[in-house]
Amino acid sequence: MSPQKAWDRVQAARQPNRPKAMDLIPYLIDHFIELSGDRHYGDDQALLGGLGSFEGQPITILAQSKGRDLQENMSRHFGMMHPEGYRKAMRLAKQAEKFKRPILCLVDTAGAYPGLGAEERGQAEAIAASLKLFATLKTPVITVVLSEGGSGGALALSVCDKLYMLENAIYSILSPEGFASILWKDESRAAEAAELMECTAQDLYAKKLIDGIIPEPAQGFASGIPDVVAQIKDLLRQDLNTLGSLKETVLLDRRYAKYRQIGARV
Amino acid sequence: MNPQFNTRKERLSLFQKLFPQRSEQTKTAADLSIVMCPSCNHPISQYDLNAQAHVCPGCRYHFPLGVQERLSTLVDPKSFKELYRSANSLKINTFPDYDRKLHKAQELTGLKEAVACGIAEIDGEKIALGIMDSRFIMGSMGQIVGEKITRLIEVATKKKLPLVILTASGGARMQEGVLSLFQMAKTSAALARFDEAGGFYITVLTHPTTGGVSASFAMLGDIILAEPKALIGFAGRRVIEKTINQQLPESFQTAEFLLERGFVDRIVDRTALRQTLGQLLKLHRRHA
Ligand SMILES: [Zn+2]
Repeated sequence: MSPQKAWDRVQAARQPNRPKAMDLIPYLIDHFIELSGDRHYGDDQALLGGLGSFEGQPITILAQSKGRDLQENMSRHFGMMHPEGYRKAMRLAKQAEKFKRPILCLVDTAGAYPGLGAEERGQAEAIAASLKLFATLKTPVITVVLSEGGSGGALALSVCDKLYMLENAIYSILSPEGFASILWKDESRAAEAAELMECTAQDLYAKKLIDGIIPEPAQGFASGIPDVVAQIKDLLRQDLNTLGSLKETVLLDRRYAKYRQIGARV
Repeated sequence: MNPQFNTRKERLSLFQKLFPQRSEQTKTAADLSIVMCPSCNHPISQYDLNAQAHVCPGCRYHFPLGVQERLSTLVDPKSFKELYRSANSLKINTFPDYDRKLHKAQELTGLKEAVACGIAEIDGEKIALGIMDSRFIMGSMGQIVGEKITRLIEVATKKKLPLVILTASGGARMQEGVLSLFQMAKTSAALARFDEAGGFYITVLTHPTTGGVSASFAMLGDIILAEPKALIGFAGRRVIEKTINQQLPESFQTAEFLLERGFVDRIVDRTALRQTLGQLLKLHRRHA
């Protein structure tokens, strides 16, 4: 790994030309069909949900979805989900469990949407319920963090059997700007904060929080996304093969152990 | 339990109510000191405050409680057996100034971390109990808090005990970064297993319950109670105001706001909490 500064990676993670869910899905999944709504309140476009087939096998996709331009981003809230988004994800996850198909989650969010409606409709409850549901969901779940994994809003789609990050993705408790403003009351010290936060894919791998890092093209994504697509496909093929052959109890025991071992022990 | 024993126990508790152990003669100088209610400026003697579960008799303001004070208002006397008491966050993270902050919080609260866990009894009902202390670095959840809560859930699962957690937290602890964030997943996963095993879980949301704690174990109770006017929510008020560019109403993210919107079962005055919990626990007794 090149000895890049954390802040360089934060900036790379925020490049507008990074692959988004809507760029990747057509290459990863055949016959993708979008499915909408949480059946209670509405449809949150920050979460792109649906199903299709991966190399012949049915699969459910739950993808935090940033837009490619301002207009798309406005309707998708820059990938920041509302409670109805988490509830849509849970509905489709339970459907996947019922029909015994695996789930691919794509994480790409600065965090859950901070808004009046989001709080009124129970953002905290929706995230908590999602964390709990995925912990015992009886089907394989694989998650790839594309750019930013911000706070509980990202974690809600990160309880899985295999968790990967792209090379320049970050995962953090809050943004480096937010961190700096709390710590020093000075947002402009975000670069300094990023170093302290240990939020890069390399940091998370070292802490055994993720299962692997997906390399990015050395020249950046201007050169296209085929390499990254091929690598995600390889991982998916491999994981679906091994996870799919496990007994349900073994799958769930391993998933529990994966999260149980995180952090210091008493 | 046999009915005779129960009758005797009820009579005993009635006795204890009629003849409280603290009599006029045992008031100490500390008891006589006067505290001003920060909400309505009503003067209250420390003695009265203790006797009223630290609630202002004038406006029902609920004073923040330390773990010992909370225990004295909530559980059967001397029933609390603390677990993992010495578990400590010191020296597990090199974040600047963090150890000094921890030392300060430890001195202030007499705790090693922001949550105390143990086995206790409420009205004779044995429970696994967790109590958070908001004065300990905002009651934030770092690795040790997450681990202690997870251990408590696992003990409750194994011993088939009901689980009661009183939350008071600003969220995940930023000094421990992403490892504290993932404690949300760890505690929720343990609760998922507790749930599947048929365990009964009550959360009591106290002021404040926000961020990563509200979005994990706080909101996962079979029954969710809240103290009056407690601040409960996910995102911080200032962040939301900045995002939507408007001022939020005073009542935003209060216990009453959540009750109205269906996210809390009941708001319970602290002086009635013990009784409410006792009733709920009795209604969920497991038939062996
Ligand atoms: Zn008052």
